[in-house]
Amino acid sequence: MTTISAAERTRAAAGPGRGHPLGRPRRRRGPAAYLTLIAVSVFALIVLIPFALVIINAIKPQAQYASQGPLGLPHGFDTTGIRTFWDTTDFGRALGNSVMISGSVALLAVLLSILNAYALGIGRIRGRTWILVAFLIANFLPQEGLVYPLYYLAKRVGLYDTQLSVIIIFTVIQAAFGTYLLTSVLSTFPRELLEAARMDGAGRFRILWRIVVPISRPTLTVLLVFFFIWTWNEFFLPLVFLVSNQNQTVPVALGALKGQHLMNPLTTSAAALLGMFPTIVFFLIFQRTLTRGITVGAVK
Amino acid sequence: MTGSVAAERVAAARRVASPARRRRRGGAPYLVYLVPSIALFAAVIALPFGMNTYTSFTSWTGTGPMRWAGLANYRQLVHDSEFWASIWHSVLLVAAMAIVPAILGLLVAAALFDVIAKRFGQRIASVLRACIYLPQVLPIIVAAIVWGWILDAQNGALNGLLRDAGLGFLAHDLLGDPKTALLTVMAVLVWFQLGYPVVIFMAALQRADPQLAEAAEIDGASWWQRLWRITVPQIRPEIYVVLLTCTVASLRVFGWIFALTNGGPGTATQVPSYYSFQSFFTNLEVGYGSAIATVMTVIIICVSAVFLWAQRRNEAS
Repeated sequence: MTTISAAERTRAAAGPGRGHPLGRPRRRRGPAAYLTLIAVSVFALIVLIPFALVIINAIKPQAQYASQGPLGLPHGFDTTGIRTFWDTTDFGRALGNSVMISGSVALLAVLLSILNAYALGIGRIRGRTWILVAFLIANFLPQEGLVYPLYYLAKRVGLYDTQLSVIIIFTVIQAAFGTYLLTSVLSTFPRELLEAARMDGAGRFRILWRIVVPISRPTLTVLLVFFFIWTWNEFFLPLVFLVSNQNQTVPVALGALKGQHLMNPLTTSAAALLGMFPTIVFFLIFQRTLTRGITVGAVK
Repeated sequence: MTGSVAAERVAAARRVASPARRRRRGGAPYLVYLVPSIALFAAVIALPFGMNTYTSFTSWTGTGPMRWAGLANYRQLVHDSEFWASIWHSVLLVAAMAIVPAILGLLVAAALFDVIAKRFGQRIASVLRACIYLPQVLPIIVAAIVWGWILDAQNGALNGLLRDAGLGFLAHDLLGDPKTALLTVMAVLVWFQLGYPVVIFMAALQRADPQLAEAAEIDGASWWQRLWRITVPQIRPEIYVVLLTCTVASLRVFGWIFALTNGGPGTATQVPSYYSFQSFFTNLEVGYGSAIATVMTVIIICVSAVFLWAQRRNEAS
């Protein structure tokens, strides 16, 4: 709202009747606008094809698949594949484990990121570039290069095959990325605002919670969503650390079945549907938060 | 009224916050905010990293005694054609996961934000953005299972579609042919990666000052000119973040290769990450695997350093 009215004011102030040879008038739906819409829509549809194939085949009756293959729309609603897969993998427990691990990591990592970015982006600690480089390296280090020593150390301290081990490791890894992004954002934070708060007698901690965090909330929300989804999707380290069935996350539970069930395309689709369903649900929930956060930021 | 008070305070703050004063303090009081991270970082990253580097100079099967081997692992790497192939594939994956998605993502984000959101409504733009972002929310193992099935030579949906359409002669074992395997993986990676730059760039566009683009439009700048000369410079921090994280992600590709091709056929899709994994767990050459992981780390540190340097130079100017 604010941006549009500002634009209109600018245009009104500029006076009427001037030619804009290349600029198009706003809010007019010319052919170029429709072409853009069609192009992006086709693009989006292509991206969605694999999802459509999974849904079609996850509920397709076995007999129909045998006669028509993967492409036809299902004639019935057959949940045999889904139910078989749910029971054989104890999928409910895997879901619970994944929620627990990803949720903890997202919250803890955002918290750590704020603290770090406050010190680096706003506190401008001496040598902050090197500290930032260290965090980047932590985030980008190939996990293959850490997995053996981590495995060894986790066994030594009795954390092997516990969810806590995975939570600790990914909190550090995700916070390293969050620190990098947030520091980049906070280093452009309006310093006048900070100085004004300081002159009003606010301490550093108060400034962090009362000024920096509320103003950065759109970015923090984005980080929270990313951390949750990224941790949920992690496969390599959870596969190594969560060996027993009762601790496994969704990707590990799915990965464990790779090779056993791949022979049957219907079970494959059912597994894929169950595997993608939770993340899509979370994303749809978060999507609203994201949009709200972003519009608030724009109107400000 | 409030405005003038605020303005006064800001002006006073400007006087107080002279650069010299800030530099003298060096941010020392803020150190306490870093303490929790430093402790965790030491235990989870620094120590294991040091141990891995040490292992790379040894000969070790993972269970028996560790034997010091000096530079033997690295000497072997230099003459290993599979290792060099894996490095080359990494370079190609940077194009598929960083360069192509960043360019496409910028165009899509700008089209969504500038044209579709403004002329057809925020809701349509949000839905399209969500569709394009969708692959990013999938666990890689799930996406790889889906694509493995779609691309399967016999039962795959793609070849099935081609046969149904009477184009059976086009049906091809894309992942099984050394000529097409890597290209196919690259195409799948573009599909997977695109949503990330789109979302980041759209958030960046929200942050950018619309008045600049408005002014340029009134001055007769075309959409392309505004995108390239006004928008791109304004969202440069996000572009750096996207390029850096995507490049590093492409140097670390593991799950896709693990689930889709196992590095094959032959070494057609071998990547350093998967090669080190094989050395660890299949060949039981932990020292050699550590050496590959260490080389990867050095490459990644160098790439990050170049990006950071460019970013700092950009911020300074």
